[in-house]
Amino acid sequence: MAGAAISAEGLVKTFGDVRALDGVDLDVPEGTVLGLLGPNGAGKTTTVRVLTTLLKPDSGHATVAGVDVLKHPNKVRSLIGLSGQYAAVDEYLTGRENLQMVGELYQMSARDAKARALELLDWFNLGEAANRTAKTYSGGMRRRLDLAAALVVRPPVMFLDEPTTGLDPRNRMALWEVIETLVGQGTTLLLTTQYLEEADRLAHDIAVVDHGRVIARGTADKLKAQIGGERVEVVVQSAIDLDAALEALTPHAMGEPTVEQHTRRITVPVEGGAAVLADVIRELDARGIVINDIGLRRPTLDDVFLSLTGHATMGDADENTATGKKTAGKDS
Amino acid sequence: MAAATGAIGAAAPGQRGGVLQTLRDSWVVAKRNLRRMTRIPEIVVFGMMQPVMFVLLFTYVMGGAIAVPGTTDHNAYKQYLMAGIFAQTVTFAVAGASAGIAEDMTKGLVDRFRSLPMARSAVLVGRTMADLVQTALTVVVLALVAFAIGWRIHKGVLEAFGGFLLLLLLGYAFSWIGALIGLSVRSPEAATSAGLVWLFPLTFLSNAFVPVSTMPGWLQAIAYWNPFSATVQAVRDLFGNLPPGQVQTEWPMQHAIGVSIGWSVLIAVLFSMLSVRKYRSAAG
Repeated sequence: MAGAAISAEGLVKTFGDVRALDGVDLDVPEGTVLGLLGPNGAGKTTTVRVLTTLLKPDSGHATVAGVDVLKHPNKVRSLIGLSGQYAAVDEYLTGRENLQMVGELYQMSARDAKARALELLDWFNLGEAANRTAKTYSGGMRRRLDLAAALVVRPPVMFLDEPTTGLDPRNRMALWEVIETLVGQGTTLLLTTQYLEEADRLAHDIAVVDHGRVIARGTADKLKAQIGGERVEVVVQSAIDLDAALEALTPHAMGEPTVEQHTRRITVPVEGGAAVLADVIRELDARGIVINDIGLRRPTLDDVFLSLTGHATMGDADENTATGKKTAGKDS
Repeated sequence: MAAATGAIGAAAPGQRGGVLQTLRDSWVVAKRNLRRMTRIPEIVVFGMMQPVMFVLLFTYVMGGAIAVPGTTDHNAYKQYLMAGIFAQTVTFAVAGASAGIAEDMTKGLVDRFRSLPMARSAVLVGRTMADLVQTALTVVVLALVAFAIGWRIHKGVLEAFGGFLLLLLLGYAFSWIGALIGLSVRSPEAATSAGLVWLFPLTFLSNAFVPVSTMPGWLQAIAYWNPFSATVQAVRDLFGNLPPGQVQTEWPMQHAIGVSIGWSVLIAVLFSMLSVRKYRSAAG
């Protein structure tokens, strides 16, 4: 397995009746980013917990930086950085104290840990807040502090479990930039996310996870090409027109159309590009359907997910739509 | 950018291991918990107020109605009571440890610690050591208050010192029970209740506040063998606070110092082993 910074074979973990991991195989080449993409409960976090020694799998085998996770967990711990779903910082310690503590627990000397803490605080734009307790930090600042804690020893392999969940768009962008810089410096990264846009932007390679299995693997482009074609997306002005619009679109559909009632949006896979779009507009117009928005776009990872699993990426429809919109906007 | 590629720290620090690493890691965690106490002084202050209230309530409200065997001196109950209050106070370390560790679990800090190359017992040892410091502070304040209202030590400095050591040992042992509770429950609130729900009966089912000889026979047996009672009896003895003329015929009362140490060591060893095992597999 030379060149693989993270490798896992046949990871299985059950909690009672639930098979959280049902034979997960992964390999992440050194210096690359693997995005683990999937809805809540797909097994992303469980995978990360196994690879970071927090959880013993029922069966399977994994190595991180060439070290066996089950046989030498403590060696693995000295080679990884982990930033979880929560900002796991002590809110009653200052930013500097938090990072210094983590450094000392990575077995650095107190002096080195302190110097590294200050260095990281500056790098993460927290220099001014270094001597304030983390309780006074904003959500974005806490996430940055948490990420800094994962970087204290400059680990060759990093695990970020939904690093931007709950962050506003501005802070999310800022964190993406930090992550891109890290990857530019050669860190191998395994990133879990529910945000397709995030995987699209940060990951070299994407593994789509559902029900404890990797159901698809490849670059974002490859996954999109896999389901082929383009999409016509129509937003009608009035919800009453949805059925009529669907009727007009169906003859052009190369696959199952999807309808989002509350956003009055219909998405249809098509072939034939702009000519189809012109046809569709004419037909909608002929039926007197007023449209707010119409466009032709390449498939997004959202579409990939939908066609692979038969369900959307997230349970929460609102959030789903928001992500879909952003992704669509970026692609068009 | 330069910072992330800077020269400080090694990418993969050398492995240490062994007792020295455990001690150092525990100290790092203890330092963290002690810092927290200075940042949230309310916890320490309220922790001190509770036993002070108990002293005042028992002395002035209930003390008059409780007779100490072998004496009619009104002041005697005050002397008798203090060992019980001290012992109850040190065992409240259970609540601090359980709530603190439960909070670290829910906030993801235990996951962070478990992902670090640190000694597996250090998070818990560090926590219980910090709790011990808080307990010692509380005991000092409590002793001063008790002194102010007339409680006195009637024996030598060495004996008194021994009495305080027994108390702290008991408190330390009980904080490991708290550690196990903190790792086992799902929220800090649950941890606080789970820490106190059995502790109150345990402290009252003893010689801490009333003479055991006033209880029904079957209760007496429990009370005499209660780990709590041995410490209370030993401390009363070492402080010279035993009621004059009282003769204890029960074995655990006659050998109170040994029984007290025995219970504390047993509890500490048993619960630290269970807690560390739980910590290794903790699902946060």
